[in-house]
Amino acid sequence: MNSIQKNRWKDQAFKVWGILCTLIGLVLLVVFIGDILIDGLQRIDWSFITSLPSRKAEKSGIYTALIGSIWILLLTTIIAFPIGVAAGIYLEEYAKKNRFSGLLEINISNLAGVPSIIYGLLGLEVFVRIMNLGASVLAGSLTLSLLILPIIIVATREAIKAVPSSIKDASFALGASKWQTIWHQILPASGGGILTGVILALSRAIGETAPLIVVGALAYVPFAPSNPMDEFSVLPIQIFNWISRPQHGFIENAAAAIIILLAITFIMNGIAVYFRNKWQKKWK
Amino acid sequence: MRKVKELIIEKSLLSSALITILVTFGIIMVLSVEAVIFFKEVSIVDFFTDTQWTPLFTEKHFGILPLLSGTLLTSFIAISVALPIGLSISIYLSEYAPKSFRKTIKPLLELLAAVPTVVYGFFALVVVTPFLQEIIPNLSGFNSLSAGIVMGIMIIPYISSLSEDALHAVPSSLREASFGMGATKLQTAFKVIVPAASSGIIVSIILAISRAIGETMIVAIAAGQQPRLTLDPTVPVETITAYIVQVSLGDVQHGSLEYRTIFAAGITLFAFTFLLNTISYRIRKKYQEKYE
Repeated sequence: MNSIQKNRWKDQAFKVWGILCTLIGLVLLVVFIGDILIDGLQRIDWSFITSLPSRKAEKSGIYTALIGSIWILLLTTIIAFPIGVAAGIYLEEYAKKNRFSGLLEINISNLAGVPSIIYGLLGLEVFVRIMNLGASVLAGSLTLSLLILPIIIVATREAIKAVPSSIKDASFALGASKWQTIWHQILPASGGGILTGVILALSRAIGETAPLIVVGALAYVPFAPSNPMDEFSVLPIQIFNWISRPQHGFIENAAAAIIILLAITFIMNGIAVYFRNKWQKKWK
Repeated sequence: MRKVKELIIEKSLLSSALITILVTFGIIMVLSVEAVIFFKEVSIVDFFTDTQWTPLFTEKHFGILPLLSGTLLTSFIAISVALPIGLSISIYLSEYAPKSFRKTIKPLLELLAAVPTVVYGFFALVVVTPFLQEIIPNLSGFNSLSAGIVMGIMIIPYISSLSEDALHAVPSSLREASFGMGATKLQTAFKVIVPAASSGIIVSIILAISRAIGETMIVAIAAGQQPRLTLDPTVPVETITAYIVQVSLGDVQHGSLEYRTIFAAGITLFAFTFLLNTISYRIRKKYQEKYE
């Protein structure tokens, strides 16, 4: 074999290796999910969704955790969405290129890399202790809002950046003010991209476990929360609690709850991808 | 009138942006205030040199080293899994794969990072550990090996996506020049494209390491809760993050020394990830200038 053949052979070998690597992660994910479906699917029925947690595995349900997760999702959206989008608009449209805006940028990039459990410690001191909210849905939502704020800001900026400047120029030429241009032209034009980012950020929030454990969310709550000051649990914490128990019945429960959590996460991701594709086509 | 309205809007947008500064300030204040009180009671020398971490026992030791070794061990295993696979994926997708394949596979790979970490913890404990126990019979039920491997799978997209972006940004003239000299795709990839995109690749690796160090649920579920200064991947260990979860789940009195340990552990973790994030930001800024 001469060196040309050898090099061609190496080239082909790497190609095969590349395909293998690309598929291995996905194959493992499919294996994992298949395993979970086998473990948990027969456990899912209407009573599993509507029952309160119990000491007996076969009687336990996810009702309180599911309602807790929905509360967290709603409040986090209400808090993080306006602040994140507003900050994104400011940085992209108003901030001048100077040291201050540079500092804001480094800061946001750093916040995006702070481990989620650190946000939990922040929430524990500031929201639970200093603001005296207790281990409530509100304290949990505020904590998660801060966690996903950088993701929303970055997504908003990217979406606004993608709007062609001709639209902006046309609006200014017609005598519109800066805010009128943003409100009537830029936001409608970048809405799909912003929405994609917000949904992805929220799907991250709904899967978060660690910061809520630190804030003091409970593994066992006898009633579903009915207002923002109530104690709460969420699906991931319920799953964590069931995984930590030795009896086999709880492992089945955990698998069943994981199926529901994954379904929610994947549906949210699917919606986000749908919006992204639809919105990308518009500018081409 | 219009000017006033515009000004009010601008200021309220600005205040939203300023909240992010407040968050950073809040994190640093909260961690350092509690940590300073902690270090009044525990000597900082002991904290960094004592080889035992037993704050919840009657005979208390406050050495962070066992938690640090647990954190670094699981992260190291994760990176050893994710780096070769993630890098190969990025080179394959950027240099070999057809465009349509690249477009469908990238969002699918990113799904790996979208799965909640508590689910990965379940995989590690219920699927991977029993499987590994058949190969390594003396593997403990909780161990850093399976936690690390599963964490590695989770962070594959962090490396593959960002590295692929960097490889893709290399001007195609470099590729064509190399092909023109008779180089194969593989030679071009490793001798021309990867070196040209090295800063972007390094950024992706640093971010993946930072993500692995801060990961909580996988290690809290599958690696155990026994702080131990060891490099043996088959025995239970405890990471900084898992310790914080362990304390948060128990009834530790607010204001007690045990309560403050989670902030001392937290500030150590924060210092590590802050350092890594800052380095990666610096490299990213430098590299952006290079191509624009």
